Amino acid sequence: METITGYDILIIGGGAAGLRAAIAAAETDSRLKIAVISKVYPTRSHTVSAEGGIAAAMREYDSVENHSYDTVKGSDFLADQDAVEFFANRAKEEIITLEHWGCPWSREENGKVAVRAFGGMNVKRTVYAADKSGFYLLHSLFERTLLYENITRFDEWFVTGLITDEKGVTGLSAIQQKSGKQAVIGAKAIIMATGGAGRVYKFTTNSALNTGDGLALAYNAGAALKDMEFIQFHPTAMAKTGILITEAARGEGGYLLNKNGERFLKKYLPEKMELGPRDMISRAILSEIKEGHGCESTYGQHVLLDIRHLGKKTIDEKLPLVREIAINYGNTDPVYEPIAVRPAQHYTMGGIATGINTQSTLPGLFAAGESACVTIHGANRLGSNSLSECLVFGAEAGKNAAEFCLNTTGHPKVARVNSVPNVKTLLEAEGKEKTAEIRSKMQETMDGYAGILRDEKGLVKGQSIIKELSEKAARVGIKEKSLVFNTELTGLMELNSSLQVCELIFECALRREESRGAHYRTDFPARDDEKFLKHLLAVKTEKGMEISDRKVVITKWKPEERKY
Amino acid sequence: MKNFTLKIQRYNPETEKVCFEEHSIPFSKDLTVLDALNYIKEKTGATIAYRWACRMGMCGSCGAIVNKKPMLMCSEFCHKLKQPITIQPLRNFPVIKDLVVDTDDAMDKFRSAMPYTEIQKRHIGKDETLQTPRQLKKLKQTSQCIKCMLCYSACPVYGFNKDFIGPAAGALAQRYNSDTRDNIKDKRTAAVTGKNGVYKCSFIGECSQVCPKSVDPATALQKLKVAGMFHAAKSLVKKHPKKAS
Repeated sequence: METITGYDILIIGGGAAGLRAAIAAAETDSRLKIAVISKVYPTRSHTVSAEGGIAAAMREYDSVENHSYDTVKGSDFLADQDAVEFFANRAKEEIITLEHWGCPWSREENGKVAVRAFGGMNVKRTVYAADKSGFYLLHSLFERTLLYENITRFDEWFVTGLITDEKGVTGLSAIQQKSGKQAVIGAKAIIMATGGAGRVYKFTTNSALNTGDGLALAYNAGAALKDMEFIQFHPTAMAKTGILITEAARGEGGYLLNKNGERFLKKYLPEKMELGPRDMISRAILSEIKEGHGCESTYGQHVLLDIRHLGKKTIDEKLPLVREIAINYGNTDPVYEPIAVRPAQHYTMGGIATGINTQSTLPGLFAAGESACVTIHGANRLGSNSLSECLVFGAEAGKNAAEFCLNTTGHPKVARVNSVPNVKTLLEAEGKEKTAEIRSKMQETMDGYAGILRDEKGLVKGQSIIKELSEKAARVGIKEKSLVFNTELTGLMELNSSLQVCELIFECALRREESRGAHYRTDFPARDDEKFLKHLLAVKTEKGMEISDRKVVITKWKPEERKY
Repeated sequence: MKNFTLKIQRYNPETEKVCFEEHSIPFSKDLTVLDALNYIKEKTGATIAYRWACRMGMCGSCGAIVNKKPMLMCSEFCHKLKQPITIQPLRNFPVIKDLVVDTDDAMDKFRSAMPYTEIQKRHIGKDETLQTPRQLKKLKQTSQCIKCMLCYSACPVYGFNKDFIGPAAGALAQRYNSDTRDNIKDKRTAAVTGKNGVYKCSFIGECSQVCPKSVDPATALQKLKVAGMFHAAKSLVKKHPKKAS
């Protein structure tokens, strides 16, 4: 196995958070050597699928305080308020920075960047680039990285493990997929920016890449994960495929209708209607379907998203991707017909526990974006806060990791390859089990028992199925023996990461005997601040998973009933 | 309804053998070419290597030659294609394995397009640069590029001259050149109109035909050629001010 040294910072993941971190680190000191390692080309990252926009208090009618309050309320008071204020304070500056770098944000007539309405945000504060905000953002960042000579890319390198010693992380092991070469790469600091784990569910808006690799890598290396029970379900995914129809469709004035053509949210969220938060709208859709008001189809029951009244001109100008994907993948032109939608897994609120400084509990390991949990989203993320999070905390991670390196003398030795799974063992294992079958069963289990509505019985059942599946996964035989672009091997490693994440979700979901934000327990339907106004931290120990509590930071806003 | 038949080109890097593998799968109107491949891989345990991620035409991972044409496999439905459906790796690139090609060389061309404005440090506390919707519209088409590399696969010039900057990188240069916020247009124009720059383009227009996002790189490159000539004339005036006047 080759050993590659000389890098100061390794960034795992080339999406918005990872690339923003790379630029921030490169700008901190041009002598630092930075590498972005991704299992795909950075422009393939899931950030491209973000559609609606990016939030910040942009206008004089708005304020950092208002943005913070909406975020805290949206989080069902589980967000750490100091982190939220830090975040809301930085968001505008990051959006402007991207503007200066060439990101084509949509504009008002007067030339200022435009803002639109979004769910749970009390005023218009979501900056956007048509309905391809994530795509434009990611490509702008990627193009910008080409300016810095001290940023190197390791495209299509699959990371197989983090390497640690008693002081913290010292590097990682990876496979270059193109050549099949295995290497150990040393560094002073590592930034995890690998996104979420949406693909542990079957019906999800997420790209195939989101298998939770980074979460499992960090957890297995000893870092704590936080709030893993909180999974967001987006109310409007295309009923057949799970492809996302952006919340901006409702932000621009779209309606949600039941089979009788009624705007049913008047029964659930009369004040906010279609601009309510995602957790509440997703549950309202389920209730509506349960009451028999859903539309029947060959792919299950669904409701309708109607944007016809916006007119062709507005749709083509502000929601072109909605039209493109509804026509291509749903055979529906939303200019003339409503779109069939139902809730789908969308976002992993939990992740690698970090402070505002993006430092994890493992020295030298930083995290940002969806793979991190700072916490600003708490129990429910507001739409358009995730892209701002990627920029604010991506930049913070890059800067802090750079300073960490500048204060560390000499490169750590990476001789001890302790936590690296043996690729050879996986390849040589003889077994009859199949990755695809286990993955499919895992995803059905998550949809069935760790979905929008949960209860103890289901969670216990789901947990035991996942345990069985993990045992099965150890008996998967791989036919393809070469390491060159071996998708059978990487598929199995992704599955192992996913199963690890499922175990964490079930364990934390069982412990949280209350309903808060996206975590809804039908057996404990009320929020219980006395017992559960706290984060759950999971750490891997020799005895197995250990769960502990962490206090929620409250600065200005005392928890109150979350009413819209 | 009949089954779909897929003929998939396989390449084994160990033995360097190329062959076609035929699979028959149940008909469904909902099936994209990518769905069909995933179905085959999951049900039959075939080890076919291919790239995919977003399955909604945004990430640009799943380009292949389907029935002789470069396309994104997630964006084409099986029932609309002639049977059998033949799937091959993108042309003009070395094949790594099965449908996976090595696009590193073409990807590196984006660097020569200098796709950035030249603000070295962040302008903290400053407001946005104003840009009207009309000004923004000028870069709308070229900014749609998802870097899927279908255009390089279709480009006959890149086919025989790997040093040619190529369609997508050219379009990217034009995207920044048309941006009112840009401040290095001359430098960039000079960079992309050099020896292996846009003048090598023979304007056959294959790139624009295969582009899944209607970027029209062919037209973008013609615009750069014109900009290049102006730029050359301008430098001549600068070098020999008296002669020119």
